[in-house]
Amino acid sequence: MYRLGIDVGGTNTDAVIMAGRSVLAGVKAATTEDVTSGVIEAMEAAISKAAVERSKITHVMIGTTHFTNAVIERKHVNPVAAIRLCLPATACLPPMVDWPEDLRQTVGGHRYLVRGGYEFDGREIAPLDIDELDRIAADISAKELKAAAITSVFSPINAAMETAARDHLMKRCPGLRVVVSSDIGRIGLLERESAAIMNASLLELSGRTVDAFGRALQAAGLSCPFFITQNDGTLMGAEMVREFPVLTFASGPTNSMRGAAFLTGESDAIVVDIGGTTTDIGAIQRGFPRQASTVVDIGGVRTNFRMPDVFSIGLGGGSLVRGTGGATSVGPQSVGYRITKEALVFGGGTLTATDIAVAAGRASIGNPAAVASLSGELVGEALAEIVQMLERGVERSRISPEPIPVIAVGGGSILMPERLGDLRVIRPENFAVANAVGAAIAQVSGEVDRIFSLANGLTRETCLKQAEEEAREKAMRSGAAPATITVIEREDVPLAYLPGNATRIHVKVVGEMDGVHA
Amino acid sequence: MLERTSGFLLDERKIDALEIGAAILGTGGGGNPYIGKLRAREALRQGFKMRIVPLETLPDDAVVVSLGGIGAPLVSHERIKEGKEGLRCIRALEERLGISVDAVACEEIGGQNAMEPLITASAAGLPVVDCDGMGRAFPEMQMTTYSIYGHRSTPSVMCDLHGNVVIFEHAASEKWHETMARACVVAQGGASTLASAPMSGKFLKQFAIPGSYSRAMALGEAVLTARRAHADPICAICESENGRMVFRGKIADVSRTIAGGFVRGKVHLTGFDQYEGDEGSVLIQNENLVFLRNGAVEVVVPDLIVILDVDSGEAITTEMLRYGQRVAVLALPCHPLLRSEAALEVVGPKGFGLEGIDYRPMCEQERERVAR
Repeated sequence: MYRLGIDVGGTNTDAVIMAGRSVLAGVKAATTEDVTSGVIEAMEAAISKAAVERSKITHVMIGTTHFTNAVIERKHVNPVAAIRLCLPATACLPPMVDWPEDLRQTVGGHRYLVRGGYEFDGREIAPLDIDELDRIAADISAKELKAAAITSVFSPINAAMETAARDHLMKRCPGLRVVVSSDIGRIGLLERESAAIMNASLLELSGRTVDAFGRALQAAGLSCPFFITQNDGTLMGAEMVREFPVLTFASGPTNSMRGAAFLTGESDAIVVDIGGTTTDIGAIQRGFPRQASTVVDIGGVRTNFRMPDVFSIGLGGGSLVRGTGGATSVGPQSVGYRITKEALVFGGGTLTATDIAVAAGRASIGNPAAVASLSGELVGEALAEIVQMLERGVERSRISPEPIPVIAVGGGSILMPERLGDLRVIRPENFAVANAVGAAIAQVSGEVDRIFSLANGLTRETCLKQAEEEAREKAMRSGAAPATITVIEREDVPLAYLPGNATRIHVKVVGEMDGVHA
Repeated sequence: MLERTSGFLLDERKIDALEIGAAILGTGGGGNPYIGKLRAREALRQGFKMRIVPLETLPDDAVVVSLGGIGAPLVSHERIKEGKEGLRCIRALEERLGISVDAVACEEIGGQNAMEPLITASAAGLPVVDCDGMGRAFPEMQMTTYSIYGHRSTPSVMCDLHGNVVIFEHAASEKWHETMARACVVAQGGASTLASAPMSGKFLKQFAIPGSYSRAMALGEAVLTARRAHADPICAICESENGRMVFRGKIADVSRTIAGGFVRGKVHLTGFDQYEGDEGSVLIQNENLVFLRNGAVEVVVPDLIVILDVDSGEAITTEMLRYGQRVAVLALPCHPLLRSEAALEVVGPKGFGLEGIDYRPMCEQERERVAR
């Protein structure tokens, strides 16, 4: 039984074949304009390198930045009817009010505010205005819009009104694709609504993309189900991606960090991904990336997706090295992808961090004779500077004095010393395809985030338990094997400035995909 | 009569700067001003004018009403306002008292309450006075210099987005006003707007904290400029505010408890950079109240304690504090009006029930430090 993991990045498409916990083959191919031909190339190369029978590949997991890029590049984004159930609340800020003008125009600026929505304690702001929905349905038909996004105030507490409005609209406008915000986001009206609108605008693209992936797999003789990774590092079935393309936003760094953790068997570590120009550093806790707490901007739009807390420093294999005599500097300028032409060891004329690593005997790449004449003092100073940059970066990501390991991945990881301060450094095999491995090992999640009122004998503990039960059910519905489900986030934040002891509870659980026994 | 051309007009850039400055002066509380910024920006785009007039130009007999939002910041991020709540407050107050309001004042410059006076005043065609009642954020209404120095804030008006108008005719004390208003907010859905009984220009010139808007905007502008120049925004804040960085560290633990609508808690920090080996902690009650270094009290409310993201310089509200964040702690001196004996009764450590902690103004500590 094998799993095929594929990561479609901006530059490279990587593929790995895995059996249980071991990586049988990992390959890199160039990402192509049409996405699928790059996927086919990487996939075929991995299958033939691993020499496995295609019929024994049981799961295909794909990580892709395709949908994020569509929003960033304003390509393949369709017009959407943005409907908010809210009035009289929120009248002062219509949907898409904080979007960049060009994206708002691409999505069409069709905004409708309707009486409806809920208060924080579940009371109705107003009953749902069905007559107004009928007028909107007529307008949607007249404008020939194919997708709509419905957002009700406080729908994370009660989704009933969003669902009722969706059912009503779909009756009036046959064929209309309708997204409801409670399926997508958390509390925070504008961010959740923006995510729902972006999702609706990507539905046609997601349909085409899922079909194309399906055809590519079929062409390769693979008939197994396939999954796509979400931004939190867990999986969605292909049919879910058709409905919820926005949930794949920013899955790239997550896959890379999860892959690094998996390849080393470490669940608490700092992952250092050293590329040509920059190094990304982030912390893994219990096998998952630590989440950023700030809002995340996608193509100029604020969203409240949970994204990994990764920060970059200007150090990579191609970083320029300058000066001597106590004033040696490394980066942030870099020769980037031109390193194979411009670095000294590759016959070029520019002194790079890679040249220093080779001169110090850390690695043997290119022509070591080309750096033999570098002064020992310069090499020593540059090395010390590189180590200090990495140490500082890792120290900032460290969350406890526990001596957790540092995992070095990426093409530039020859710059990493054997130890960083008191921390040991691990270099996994297959470090170059860590993100495809991350896709191949992704799990399934379930999440609950809403406000609970601690009244009528309800305690914090009973509410947390209830939230956990709901999250478990969600995970099982998405395909998690019940016995493998564990809680990875449990948080309650009391509502400030308000009597009545209301508390916002967020619980997230993950489990192995049913049938995958890693 | 208030001159119609005095002071200065706001543009979108100034609103952006105000958003940043108000968040910093929120000292961890007061709610995120982002939604308010969007509302102010929409008002400007619709052609409404926002004028700020200097406190000292206010005629003695000017009729000024202070207003702000009351309730849970989280609610106001989900159930955004209808938009005219503040205007309805002003109109109801004018009608009840038979007055005509000349200008609007700010209750609380820290957090989302910086924006509401601008939005309401622009809709009413009135200017906003460059002042506020806190110079920062505080959790309760009686904690303004207005109330502390003798203003009785009733009759007041509270409006919600449904069109409900509540008049608080008389409160036996400023604290009673706060208690009754807080109860009413829950019935109105957790976030409402309240306008207090008018103040005279003469009273404000004596007891309002002057220059609050220009200060918050200068603060925000300093951060924006530092970011553009890739300079350290934290240094820019300290310079702009005459403040001091007291700690840099990682959050090792956050504990919170809820009591009567107020979140109390403690943040533990493990120092890095020049504070390597030091332990810091911050006591919070909606806002950051006390900073301790290695267990010793160092900065105390009403002086301002600001927790910022160490890289971006962005202020982090107490609700957003998380285990593992890398933060800088800044201390900024409060206005002298908050340091009097009468003020410390209300907004000093005693006012927050912090037994055994004495207030020592950071400006005094600073003088001692320099003398040493």
